[in-house]
Formats: sequence, C-alpha cells, structure tokens
Amino acid sequence: MGTDLTDIQHRDAPVTTSKDSDRAAAAAEEIRAPKGDSLVGKTVTINRPRQELYDYWRALAQLPEFMENVERVEPMGGNRYRWTVKAPAGRTVEWVAAVTEDRPGAVIAWTSEEDADVANSGRVEFRDAPGGRGTWVTATLLYDPPAGIVGKVIAKLFQREPAIQVRRDLRRFKQLMETGEVATGAWTQAQRAEEMN
Amino acid sequence: MRALTWHGKHDVRVDSVPDPEIVNPRDAIIRITSTAICGSDLHLYDGYIPSMKAGDILGHEFMGEVVETGSGSTLRKGQRVVVPFTISCGSCFHCSKHQYSACDNGLPADNQDIAQAAYGQPMAGLFGYSHMTGGYAGGQAEYVRVPFSDVGPIVIPDGVEDDKVLFLSDILPTGWQAAEYAQIEPGDTVAVWGCGPVGLFAVQSAFLMGAERVIAIDHFPHRLELAKRFGAETINFEETKTYEALLEMTGGIGPDACIDAVGLEAHGFFADNVWDQIKVSTFTGTDRTHSIRQAILACRKGGRVSMPAVYGGFVDKFPLGAFMEKGLTLKTGQTHVQHYLPGLLNAIMEGKIDTTFLISHRMPLEQAAEGYRMFHDKQNEVTKVVLKPGMDLSQAA
Repeated sequence: MGTDLTDIQHRDAPVTTSKDSDRAAAAAEEIRAPKGDSLVGKTVTINRPRQELYDYWRALAQLPEFMENVERVEPMGGNRYRWTVKAPAGRTVEWVAAVTEDRPGAVIAWTSEEDADVANSGRVEFRDAPGGRGTWVTATLLYDPPAGIVGKVIAKLFQREPAIQVRRDLRRFKQLMETGEVATGAWTQAQRAEEMN
Repeated sequence: MRALTWHGKHDVRVDSVPDPEIVNPRDAIIRITSTAICGSDLHLYDGYIPSMKAGDILGHEFMGEVVETGSGSTLRKGQRVVVPFTISCGSCFHCSKHQYSACDNGLPADNQDIAQAAYGQPMAGLFGYSHMTGGYAGGQAEYVRVPFSDVGPIVIPDGVEDDKVLFLSDILPTGWQAAEYAQIEPGDTVAVWGCGPVGLFAVQSAFLMGAERVIAIDHFPHRLELAKRFGAETINFEETKTYEALLEMTGGIGPDACIDAVGLEAHGFFADNVWDQIKVSTFTGTDRTHSIRQAILACRKGGRVSMPAVYGGFVDKFPLGAFMEKGLTLKTGQTHVQHYLPGLLNAIMEGKIDTTFLISHRMPLEQAAEGYRMFHDKQNEVTKVVLKPGMDLSQAA
C-alpha cells in the first residue's frame, strides 16, 4: 500500500497567500465567530521569546504604542474591549470586540460585537521560529471595508487601509520588541508628534 | 542650525533648519566637526536617486562631538565619535550576524514599503540618502541626530585628528570590505575599476591582504597617480583597450579577482554605456553598468568579482552566460560598517593605513554648494571635499 501522491493536498503555504478568490472564507474557518470578508495576513520574525511577545500584545491597552492608527483600547470588564481607531479625514471609528481565544504564549483571537463601525475579527499567533531565531508572529485579520469598495480606496489614499496598517504595525511591533523603540526619521519632537497624527 | 539641503537636480543650498533633538531613547546628538561629500552624494546631486524631497539634509560621512544623549545611549557628552553611514539596531537577526547593512529595524516602518517593493526586503537605514533609506537627516550640518547611538558610533581617542579617522564612516570600510569580498589569495592579481576613494582604499586594502599585484583602472590621470603611489599598476581606459590590456598583463589568464568600484554612473563612450544612457533617460532602465560587464568578462575562470559600487535598479545585457560558464563568484552589498570599525581604527592608530592623502579640499560648511559643484565638475583634481562647520574662510585649503 503506497500513498497516492495525487491525494496529498499541497497546502503548506498560508491561506493569506492563496490566489483563490475564496481565501477569506477559508481563513474564516480558523477564526471563531468570524466577521468581515476582506482578508489581510502577515508574518514577521521577532528575535525575542514568544511568551514575552504574547504578554506585551495581551495587555491590549498598550497596542497604540505600535499600532499608529489605534487611538485607545479600553478594557470593559470580562473579555470585552472598546477600540477607538483613526479613520480617513480626521474621523474615528469605534467597536467593542470580545477576546474569543486566549492561549498564553500562543494565540489571541477576537471578534467585534454587533453594531461595530467596522465589523472585524482576527487572530494573532506566536510560534517558535526555526533555528532559534525567536518567534514568528502571524496576524490574520478579516474585516468589512467601511462603505464597501469606495471606502477602501479612500482609506488607502489616507494610508489607513488595513493591509498597509497590518504590515506596518507588525514592523513597529518588531522594532519595539527588538530595539526598545520605534524607528523614525524625525529629527525634532514636533516632527515626531506630527508623524503620529 | 545651518545645513546643506537638497532642492533638485544640481540644486543644493545651505539653509537654516530646526536643530535636531533627542527623539528616541537610544539617540545622541552630535555636533559635527568634519563631514565629507561622498561620490554617492553625486548620484543624489545628479538626480539619479528616487524618493528625494526638497529640503532633505544630505551627508553620510561625518564625525563630531557628543553634545546630548538619550536614556538608552552609552555615549557620554564630550566624546568624539565617527558615525557609520548605516543606521543599524544591533539586536535583530542580521545585526547579530554582523550583517549590519541588512538590519531589519533601521528603517522606519512606513519607509520600508518602498524598499520592500524595490528589493524584496527592506534594508538598513542610511543618513541623508532619500526616503527609501529612511528619510534620516544627514550630517552635512552643524548638528545631527544619531539613532541607535549605543551601537553605531565609534569613540575616537584624544589627540587623533579628524582627518585621520573621518573616512571610517563609509569609504574606508567600504574599500576594505570590497577587498575582503575579493577573497584574495597569495600570488593574486586584483583589478580595480574606478580610482575614486573606495577604489583607492580597495587598492590599499588588497595589498594589505596579500595581493601580489593590483591593476587600477580609471581615466583621471591624477587618480591613477594616487593608485600608483600605493604600488598599483595602472590602465587609463581612454588610451587603452581595458579587456585586452588586462589579459596581456596577466599572461592571458585574466585577473584572479575584479573589484567594480564605479557603479551606476560609469563614464566613457562605450556602445553599451550609450545604450544604457538612452534607457536611463527614457526610464526603461536605471543603471549604467559598463564596468561590471567588463569585470565579469575579464575575470579569470573560477575567479571572484566584488562589487562595492552602488547600483539601484535594473540592468540588461548583464553577461550572465560568461558569469555562469566561467564559474565566477560575485559578492556585493552595502558596507557592514560597524563590523569593521574597531579593526580599522587600530590599523590607523598603528600607522598601517593612512587616508589623509585623499583630502584635496577643506571648506567651511557654508560653502558646501560650491563643494558639490567642484567635486562634480573636476573629478581629476578634486578627490575629496571635507566640510568643517566651524572653519572660517581664511583657513580654507
């Protein structure tokens, strides 16, 4: 009895890199109570132990330290948090999200509650990187773009598009964890403050 | 403060701009005492490098005195330091392997997008060299903010004058790394294209690493003369067919190692070069690459090609067949400056390496625009311009 090679599913590549137009649905299968049908996912290697990275992320209130578009994450008791996020043209959007999965040192997942300004759900996974290179941090985010495709284009113009944000937020998280600070080309405090707006 | 700012092709000016401040914990502020104009600054001057913005402060070869430190800096006020042109964090995977110019964290997250799109992965940050490399203000100024100051700058002992150590910031380690990448073995003949500062330091370094012969190639007589002083044989490519000469001068074998220290603005009226210029001007190609093609063709079978020269984009007519059939090795990259600093400072202190011969002009910072013009227009006589912010005009030489 040999293995029939044609039966093997060649799916080692993550679903976020799939060419399939249905990839968001496939990603949703891995998230409890998924919300949103646009998919964004990114992995970054961080030269620190995964427990340390998990601990920093799990204290959700300090996410604005590296998530430049997040203004506040406020605990509301239990596993619920209120998110206030910058939107294009000086507006903010808000939602309440519940932590739906929490495995210390490994996974944090969340889903927004009903009447969220931007319905979204996602998970961030912490895995040991091979070769003792620290931790692979994979963030997967499903979301409904505000006001559909037009909203998405406008968001992109203002650099608030989730695909851009996730990529940059993970880089900033890596910088903060590896170097203790977030890199900037600003050479005065005033310039730095302007960048953060 | 006063600083040299970029405003467009062949338009640089000394302007008044805000003083730098400590922005991040590991920062230090340096009061510049000496700052050089680099050959690669001419690529900015000529408008070859994208993602420049009007008002950007240039300069990535500089040194000075520590005047302010953040809470995470290990420097002390009053120390004299030379600052590497690469901005590297010291704690990522690449830095831990001493691949400092490949640092993951030197570039601000937003600026990494351009570099990632162009090169596949973002590189380290660079001082004063466009927004693709971080948008960091450069050191052709009275003061500069130095990020990761606990990792980059090297402290210079008292009594050692600026001119002796300034080139630790870029061109000396770059020339040294170029020679190291040529993997020189005893008995080797090494050919060096370009006798600008990096080429000349590569000539010097190649001899220190045991090369039996070095052949230097350029078309500026004065630069060839400088190479000759280090013991190199020379080829003036305006008078000589370089490939033919290299083969005849090596008994038909070709040089064991070839170093391209010319890069994306290769001079000379060669058919491929003219074609490249047409492509550059029509944006279908970005780099003029005669020297690297010639290096690959001339190099002996199984030889090594080292390419410190700066290239930014795409080329065509790259002799991939010659490269493969002859089994060459190509090693290249931005310089891992921090890796080389302690050893090279020692070599200078022991008198094994002297770099002061290179400086042809010393000027006040206020005359920086004139310095660019001279360096650009008179490459034969003007081998290196060093700007001294504190200098008064009567001392200029």
